[in-house]
Amino acid sequence: MLKDLLMRWPVIRQIQNGSNGNGEESWSERTRTLKPKTAGAEVTRSICPYCGVGCGQLIFHKDGKLVSIEGDPASPISRGHLCPKGANTHQLHTHPGRLAKVKYRRPHGTEWEEIELDKAMEMIADRVWDSRERTFQEKQDDWNVMHTKAIAHLGGATLDNEENYLIKKLFGAGLGMVCISNQARI
Amino acid sequence: MSASMETTGIQPGEITAFLTDSTLCIGCKACEVACKEWNELEQDGLTLSGFSYDNTMALGHSTWRHVKFVEGTPEPGLGGNAPQQLSWEFSSDVCKHCEVAGCLEACPTGALVRTEFGGVYLQPDICNGCAYCVVSCPFGVVQKNEEDGRAFKCTFCTDRQKDQLQPACAKACPTESIKFGRLDDLRAHARERLETLHARGMHDAQIYDPTDTSVKGIHSMFLIRGEPETYNLPPRPEVPTVYLKEGWRSAAIQGITLIAGVALSFLAARAKRNEVQA
Amino acid sequence: MAEQHPVGFQWVVEARERGGKIIHVDPRFTRTSAMADIWAPLRPGSDIVFLGALIHYVLENDRYFHEYVVKYTNAPTILRKDFKDTEEGAGYFSGWNEKKGLYDPTTWLYEDEPVKKSHHHPGHHPAEGGHAKDRGGEAGNAHIYETDPTLQHPRCVFQVLKRHYARYTPEMVEQQCGMPQSVFLEIAKTMVDASGPDKTAAICYAVGWTQHSTGAQIIRAAAILQLLLGNIGRPGGGILALRGHASIQGSTDIPTLYDILPGYLPMPFFEDDSTKLEKYIKKHSTEAGLWSKFDHYFISLMKAWYGDSASEENEWGFQWLPRVTGDHSELGYWLDMEDGKMEGLFVMGQNPAVGAPNGRLQRKAMAKLKWLVVRDLVEIETASFWKDSPEVERGELKPKDIATEVFLMPAAGQAEKSGSFTNTQRLLQWHNKAVDPPGDARSETWFIYHLGCLLKKKAAAHREKTRNLPLNALTWHYPMQKPGSDEPDAEAVLAEINGFQWKGHSLLKSYEELKNDGSTACGCWIYTGVMPEKGKNKANMREPKDQLGHGWGFAWPKDIRIIYNRASARPDGAPWSEEKKLVWWDSEKREWTGLDVSDFKQTLPPDHKAQPEKKGLEALDGDKPFGLHPDGRGWLFVSSGLKDGPLPAHFEPLESVMANAVYPVQNNPPAKKHERKDNPYAASPSDPRFPYVLTTYRLTEHHTAGGMSRGLGHLAELQPELFAEISPELAEKIGVRSCEWVTIVTPRSLISAKALVTPRIRPLQIGGQTIDQVGLPYHWGWKGMATGDVTNDLLAISEDPNVRIMSTKALVCNLLPGRRADHKAALKQLKKLLKETA
Repeated sequence: MLKDLLMRWPVIRQIQNGSNGNGEESWSERTRTLKPKTAGAEVTRSICPYCGVGCGQLIFHKDGKLVSIEGDPASPISRGHLCPKGANTHQLHTHPGRLAKVKYRRPHGTEWEEIELDKAMEMIADRVWDSRERTFQEKQDDWNVMHTKAIAHLGGATLDNEENYLIKKLFGAGLGMVCISNQARI
Repeated sequence: MSASMETTGIQPGEITAFLTDSTLCIGCKACEVACKEWNELEQDGLTLSGFSYDNTMALGHSTWRHVKFVEGTPEPGLGGNAPQQLSWEFSSDVCKHCEVAGCLEACPTGALVRTEFGGVYLQPDICNGCAYCVVSCPFGVVQKNEEDGRAFKCTFCTDRQKDQLQPACAKACPTESIKFGRLDDLRAHARERLETLHARGMHDAQIYDPTDTSVKGIHSMFLIRGEPETYNLPPRPEVPTVYLKEGWRSAAIQGITLIAGVALSFLAARAKRNEVQA
Repeated sequence: MAEQHPVGFQWVVEARERGGKIIHVDPRFTRTSAMADIWAPLRPGSDIVFLGALIHYVLENDRYFHEYVVKYTNAPTILRKDFKDTEEGAGYFSGWNEKKGLYDPTTWLYEDEPVKKSHHHPGHHPAEGGHAKDRGGEAGNAHIYETDPTLQHPRCVFQVLKRHYARYTPEMVEQQCGMPQSVFLEIAKTMVDASGPDKTAAICYAVGWTQHSTGAQIIRAAAILQLLLGNIGRPGGGILALRGHASIQGSTDIPTLYDILPGYLPMPFFEDDSTKLEKYIKKHSTEAGLWSKFDHYFISLMKAWYGDSASEENEWGFQWLPRVTGDHSELGYWLDMEDGKMEGLFVMGQNPAVGAPNGRLQRKAMAKLKWLVVRDLVEIETASFWKDSPEVERGELKPKDIATEVFLMPAAGQAEKSGSFTNTQRLLQWHNKAVDPPGDARSETWFIYHLGCLLKKKAAAHREKTRNLPLNALTWHYPMQKPGSDEPDAEAVLAEINGFQWKGHSLLKSYEELKNDGSTACGCWIYTGVMPEKGKNKANMREPKDQLGHGWGFAWPKDIRIIYNRASARPDGAPWSEEKKLVWWDSEKREWTGLDVSDFKQTLPPDHKAQPEKKGLEALDGDKPFGLHPDGRGWLFVSSGLKDGPLPAHFEPLESVMANAVYPVQNNPPAKKHERKDNPYAASPSDPRFPYVLTTYRLTEHHTAGGMSRGLGHLAELQPELFAEISPELAEKIGVRSCEWVTIVTPRSLISAKALVTPRIRPLQIGGQTIDQVGLPYHWGWKGMATGDVTNDLLAISEDPNVRIMSTKALVCNLLPGRRADHKAALKQLKKLLKETA
């Protein structure tokens, strides 16, 4: 046992085999078998979520957990490169500040409370419905208006096209909300 | 592995290198972040330095790439709109992976080794935190993490290199200011690039690769404008152990009486690491 | 560009390495300037003086691209006799209505162009669009016009342009922008030398140009310059918007905006023209060009939304669409919120408590809501305004008094959901889901779909109500991603966006297949072709096969990578040069061919003569590349579609240290200041309380309002604190050094930052006067790891007249050494400072 341990010690090994002691003879088992953490991971192709350049990303994941997010060398836009934000996309998803539960603040409350997702959805639907019922205007001077100006939406430039489409469809064409806006101007 | 992963094609036994071409660097710090992401390094300070856009300030145990910002000051008196008097240079610093490496020479435990790609690798499972390497690095690259007890520095992404992947910093770099490849190829490229820059009138451009000192050249070369000191690069770096020609064999013999003590510390450190790595 | 889009900037660096010249025009010396051949600082807000002078230079020195300009632009088009330029109108174009604060643009039309009158309901203020399409699909009748190809007619656009820019001289640039004439002339020469049949030059811009009271006109000025130089529709040319969010382009194409529908169709406004579908279509259709099929695009959208309930009898559901009655943009409705007129608000992936102008008003307004739903990855300032905002700290808001109910919903990140982003070059790229989101985090697709199901259930219980008709009619059947999952399949949504035959649901390959008879459904006509057949999602294609990247993603429309590329060929169809060939006419095959998909009718020959009776593209000559315009020409002069004039003219920022030296009118006349007690302004020009120019911006280490960067250690440490960049001269004047605290004051608020003294910010010498500048990045708030005061608290809520964007780049401020007071004392300090001369 002691002999075994001593044999692992580089100095002893150097003395024994006469090398300079900095090379392979000093590699530990870990060094010898070192592999990138992405080895054996699944790869999913993605696009960077930060700015409008649209760099290609490769998402490496194992057993449902993110391992690494890197540039996609095949992208004709980014050629595998990323900026500091794009290079940090893994931390964006995994940092401890990520929310995983609905936080609720009741009227006049002083602290957050945690509530279940389903309950939150029901409550939000109720609030939207009540506000819409109270404020919906069907006509003005005999012309159709068919809108409510009392409920607003903000956001979209960070979302997917499909998400924006459903937002505009439900909020605009379904509920009659006109106050719909986001970071973009056109 | 997906077909879209570009591989370096570099086999073990071939010597690899970085060439950081500061004439292409835009100071974005993608290299710093890509390095920290891949190597899972912690953030290490949230204070404004007041020194240009450099809030990283130095390489350390949790910072293995560091972009330096050099602001050229306009000539006093010109004032007003004299933009031609301004310059802003950036250069991404990193472990030099010296041909003759002070850290590696000084390491009593064999934690620092030469890899199959010629890089200098600090084996975290062997390091016992003695910090001899810290004082022996002519570039001030290695730093001990006092909380953890061990020393750390750039791994040259040896783990990635083993799978023929380029290091994380070089891969991320948007303008390919950080190049990774075979040492000989990059040395040739650097010479060509220097000629191009000189032809364009950048007569202050030079290659930083101290082959004529005891360091005998580095595997992280730089192309810079102006003097090396401007980028905190020592003009004549020397290896402190240069006089100990026999390297570790002589060190081991001279220090024979210390063996028992060192062995104990080595074993103790190993036990601790096993806990950490579990 | 290096500051904000480093990876896009690699192509600029590569161009430089190949001998290209890089010119950077910016008040600050940035990481972009460091890589440029020429850095030319200019006074914030003087951009139109600079660009106008470039236009002047090109015209005066006869350096415009003659054949391109005569054939492809409206330079030869004759204008009406009653049109008056700012030269004749002392800074106003003809049609100004002082009482309404609006222009009547009738006199801006081409000569002989029939007037399309809009009717407004008597007694009602007309809805003032952000999107100014109130003359119909860009310009309804502009296909009828007279031209003078010699460009000599005194009323042709070319001559009007010459007269309009005559006073935009290099001397004016020196006096107003603070840019030496020699530097200006070097830029002008470099730009024109880089343009022509065998060369092109591109202009890249970002919000440094748009976030002004003249934002749209600054871009217009760049468009005029590029059209004169022949740099539009050609490889290496163009005006490239560098956009700051992953799908900010997509969010205007498929707009979460109030005044447009998907594919840039206008929302119906509260006006006579929107009382009947027929009138609405008539108003927005053109005789010639792509907008002649307006009804095809619109009716297909109604079919996609209302499905079987949309029929010819009920005008395809047109009457169910909400009407725009006013300014329902973010800034417009936020003022309503502050005035207690709103009940609820959804915020998804945006952080107005930090990112929007006049932050104090933004945050206080939310306290007047009944309910607020915030969806984000982290707890952003907007969600917790009631708990820990500066207003709570200062005693202006008390949590116990705030009745707002807040739901903070965890959102999924891009790695946790599938969908498409549209990048800044109109490219749709699909991102595939890799892992499940944590805990109860969900995609917006999930949230909107399930909220829709709950609301449709409520509507179904009251079918008798008119207001519930649209919700009941809304098509809302999306398959789930996989069996057992409750996450809708985003590709099914993309299929609806792409469009399909209503019968049989086969997917459409091109918008040319769309019909106006209800037989096709399409969620966004310009995206048609992104999913041409089942299982073929072109946004997810990843095999680039040429230099333009065909085979990787899908560029709308029709996978055209360079829009208006007919202009890359001469009028006779041959390339302008071998170096710059892109799309050309193959006379043997009798079709357009080349390196890109042709942005022109494939088989329409270059010598085609307009056939007005056929409408559409065939109603245009074969040498008219700009098919979205009814005259097929690039517009140097915009006869309709803009609220503040047909030509860009310089007006001072809403707050400025200088009087307008170009015209006797200080500000862009129709710009909206929304001046009120809680949104006050400095006196302009030259308020003695605010002697310095203030400009705000971003850094590459952070992302906009910080929700995606400030809480992340690897980014937070790179730029850990708010700082104010000032010149050594200004630092000396007020007696501070780097890292010492300074306080910045505007009429809205005061904030503190650490000084960063740098020669990269220069005092400008203008007309013998030294103008000091203060530069502030805006990423910080009070949450996350890197915290700091909210820069946007200093800004005013203001709106440019065309797109309703605020001014963030050119303001005035005061700068004091030392840190601001805390708690209630901060408000006292502000009050006191607003009474003092600096």
